[in-house]
Amino acid sequence: MHAIALDSKYGVPTVAIHTNVFEKAVQSVTRMHGMPQARYTFVPQPVMGKTAEQLRAYVEGKSPISGRPVMQEVIEGLTRPAEGDHLKEIKFERSTPRLVDSDTDDNLHHRFLENNWTDKLPIILPTEKRVAEMLAHTSRKPDEVAGHIRSNQFRQHWEFTVEKVAVNAVMAGASPEYFPVILALAASGVSARGSTTSSMAAMVVVNGPIRNEIGMNSGTGAMAPYNHANATIGRAYGLLSQNLQGGSIPGDSYMGSQGNGYAYGSVTFAENEERSPWTPFHVQHGFKPTDSTVSIFTGCRSTAFTLGVREQFWREHVRNMLRGMDAHSAPTFLLDPIAARQYIDRGGFDTKEKMIEWVYENALMPAGEYWDYQLIQNYIYPRATFGEEPYASKLKAAPDEMIRMFKPDEIHVVVVGGETNGYWRIMGCNYQKTVSVDEWR
Amino acid sequence: MADGTHETEKMSVLNPVGFAPKITPKPMAPRLESLDGKTIYLVDPRFDDSGLFLRQVQDWFAERMPSVKTELVEMSSVYTKDDPKTWEMIKANGDGAIIGVGH
Repeated sequence: MHAIALDSKYGVPTVAIHTNVFEKAVQSVTRMHGMPQARYTFVPQPVMGKTAEQLRAYVEGKSPISGRPVMQEVIEGLTRPAEGDHLKEIKFERSTPRLVDSDTDDNLHHRFLENNWTDKLPIILPTEKRVAEMLAHTSRKPDEVAGHIRSNQFRQHWEFTVEKVAVNAVMAGASPEYFPVILALAASGVSARGSTTSSMAAMVVVNGPIRNEIGMNSGTGAMAPYNHANATIGRAYGLLSQNLQGGSIPGDSYMGSQGNGYAYGSVTFAENEERSPWTPFHVQHGFKPTDSTVSIFTGCRSTAFTLGVREQFWREHVRNMLRGMDAHSAPTFLLDPIAARQYIDRGGFDTKEKMIEWVYENALMPAGEYWDYQLIQNYIYPRATFGEEPYASKLKAAPDEMIRMFKPDEIHVVVVGGETNGYWRIMGCNYQKTVSVDEWR
Repeated sequence: MADGTHETEKMSVLNPVGFAPKITPKPMAPRLESLDGKTIYLVDPRFDDSGLFLRQVQDWFAERMPSVKTELVEMSSVYTKDDPKTWEMIKANGDGAIIGVGH
């Protein structure tokens, strides 16, 4: 995308070099940005970790896509106009029909599957009647624009209406009374089908009265497939994300190398406010206890877990877990109420904020190790070298100096679980936002 | 369906896909007649050892096309952010650019 801007906006002839696994993604992005004739070439994947000699071989080698010398394509890209009139290939005025061509039940299921409109599990077909029943549970008009969404920063936003969200909610098997929660998730603009090579998934935490109104589970098995609302709200969030943003297709609009099982249900649950010893998550973020909200986290990949908070070595145990996490994704503590109360007993953390401060002070790593992580090199190091704090100060540390891994505002605590035991886990993820459900009732 | 009569009955359902943005075609910058004597910026997006790769591209130019002057620059921050300051600098001082390795 930067090459497109540099070429078209700044008038600098530009060639982009990508790795071959991004062929379809590059074609899709250049087409959607109105520049299918953009000049690019490919080298083999990966570049990361290769020696200078291996990289030189890439430069002197041939594109694994076209079979032509890489540098020949680079030089031609700078000196020759694109062949053919690529602009004619673009459909500039596109609209999505409201209805799918009518067909039999079996054929429609097959078509939804073939069109990549599902998560590859059976769906409920969104008939007019079912969609109307879903729409009856919001005061919003069906044709109202509910929001915009995209799979990452390099893609353009797609637009969607309230009715489009309802269609996806029906497909997920959600009950109509869940619809305000699903609408709030959609309107957040945060995709549960983000396209990153790191295979992120989303996590959804519901707070406030809506939890009990629609029978969500915050207790035993809350994060597992044992509650209809938890399961179908999370599934609807995934389906609406992929369909309303224009797709999530491996190799094209989804580049997660390994994929992520969390993405099936987007780890959707309610906070156990009744059994939590602390302030509910949404109240920490400016809402009233009587407000109903959804909080969205992305980047869910790494998870650590253990049982209890031991008297003698609990500090060391937690530090070990934090050191074992991906240093780029901050920790969100998901605590069974038993574990939450143990943290109060052991650490004196009578507020979530006190626990967060302790984690901030104790999530430490030698600077040399920290800066050598590839994700830190990709996403933090560039910001540090150009003076962004607190990263710039961390960069001044000696290699063996212990530095803080995370910022305090990146660390979070949520209480969930049914007290069958004091298990707890740390989810490595990035908090995005908390949004109102009530606005979508 | 268990009832065979329903299997051939056609039904109407709604399309779940959102609305694509209108695409505005973008023109390409005029290409260079030749690279001879030109300054080409090699832009490092700072992703997955891309800088190491571009150094090899720079060496390739030095050996194979020494009349081309190359300048290796890093983007100002992470690759996910636009970098108008760098683009303006390249526009003012360069004739072309190579960005890699893209993501």
